[in-house]
Amino acid sequence: MSQRVRVNPIACEAHGMCAELLPERITLDEWGYPLLDEQPLRAAEVEHAIRAARACPTFALLVTRERDAARGGSR
Amino acid sequence: MNPATAPTMQAPPAPSAATREQPAAALPRLLAGIPASGAMTLEDHLTVHGEMPLTGAHRRRQVREQAATLIDEVQRAGLLGHGGAAFPAATKMRAVASQRRRAIVVINAAEGEPASLKDRTLLEIVPHLVIDGGVLAARAVSADEVIVCACESAHAGIEATTRAIAERDQRASSHAPKVRLTTVPCHYVAGQETALVSHLNGAPARPTFTPPMPFQQGVARRPTLVNNAETLAHLALIARHGASWFRQVGTPTQPGSALVTLAGPVARPGVYEIEHGASLSSLVAAAGGATARLHGVLVGGYAGSWIGAEHLHGLALSNEHLAAHGATFGAGVVLALSELACPVAETARLARWLAGQSTRQCGPCVHGLDALATSVAQLAAGGGADPEGVGQAQAAQRVDRLASLVTRRGACGHPDGAVSVILSAMDAFQAQFADHARHGPCDACARPAELPLPARPVPSGSQRTGLRRQ
Repeated sequence: MSQRVRVNPIACEAHGMCAELLPERITLDEWGYPLLDEQPLRAAEVEHAIRAARACPTFALLVTRERDAARGGSR
Repeated sequence: MNPATAPTMQAPPAPSAATREQPAAALPRLLAGIPASGAMTLEDHLTVHGEMPLTGAHRRRQVREQAATLIDEVQRAGLLGHGGAAFPAATKMRAVASQRRRAIVVINAAEGEPASLKDRTLLEIVPHLVIDGGVLAARAVSADEVIVCACESAHAGIEATTRAIAERDQRASSHAPKVRLTTVPCHYVAGQETALVSHLNGAPARPTFTPPMPFQQGVARRPTLVNNAETLAHLALIARHGASWFRQVGTPTQPGSALVTLAGPVARPGVYEIEHGASLSSLVAAAGGATARLHGVLVGGYAGSWIGAEHLHGLALSNEHLAAHGATFGAGVVLALSELACPVAETARLARWLAGQSTRQCGPCVHGLDALATSVAQLAAGGGADPEGVGQAQAAQRVDRLASLVTRRGACGHPDGAVSVILSAMDAFQAQFADHARHGPCDACARPAELPLPARPVPSGSQRTGLRRQ
């Protein structure tokens, strides 16, 4: 089953740890919030992704097992 | 147009009792038989539309069969959500019905979109049709509670709905789902599904991170069907007259009729019922014609798209036709901008307003929409001391860059909608934006704003305070 990184944008407070720990997948925008590559993680990246998620001070980074097709509502 | 301005209702008189057995395909449907003023009483509602079907069954198996039948009928009808996203209503109902816990139905008439008046109008005039839809949906997803959510400024709608609920309570059987009314703060994002659920759970009316989606875990942690008020009013008619009746008007991919809020320089702005695919010109004609030449039309509301004047001839109001112009029907807002207005200045004001409507939860939305509004304001201010236009070109590039930085990066679709409306304005009004880049503000810039942008409160407690755990 493929795993991906995802961010909870409400919880994220731009600490930027994730981009330090998973630069292969995460860069920061001009305000310090993560820009994610949400393609499936390669096997070698999964461990780093989990470490990055654990290091997030607000637990905003998630490693998901399947793609969350459902997003917010209509607005 | 502010909510205090009464919408003009256009509807022929009530169909006679003789035509009720086999309702004609003609419009109006939702607005059939509405009184000259005030709300339709329960008695009149029953005379015009007939008794609510599917309420006789009390045995569990019977109820289950009826529920499945209704959802199938809604699917055959091809009913799409009228809140803006045009999501198939039957799919949403099935998702809720398949959950194990007892569900709740939320009738969404929060209508935070200031350019839209249709949902408050429905509550004001045909509250029983809306409630019927909620009660039938409750049957379909086996919910025991229906909550009507009205915008707190929709006083007439709240009054009419309160009275309607009291009328029904007098004759409701003990098996009927409980119906209650709740008011919702009137800010732009409050009507978003998860924001509404959050409000009903006693938290601020702000979007939440998903999953869980409301259909999985919504109000009181129960599976929650959140449907727009108009969607449910259509459902009440589908339950009575069936899918093939519903499909007699509209387009194959977007069947049925729809309410449109028409604003701008027309003789009688207000709420109209049209069939999907009706021409813009027929709508404007129904409203007594245009009273000024137009720069263009904003379709779908403040998360929608501008269509320039050169494309308005022959424009049809259905998603299929609007897609060619990068627009969607959305929640049925059609906002015409007169040629007297400055589209650049209007866009700059709208961009600033949309930035202010952020619930300030997601960084890219907070920072991105603010930066976008600043860049659009720069475009509106024009070159001035910068004859080469370097600053203007940079500002335009910055808008593009910000648009991609903001899109799909919020918990809700607010940043995406703001980007859509700003980019579509820059596209539809290229000539005016170019003119501002060269010569700075135009004469029309000083005119009063045409787009209604009420100062509505953003939800309290919305400032980020330190660390929050989910």
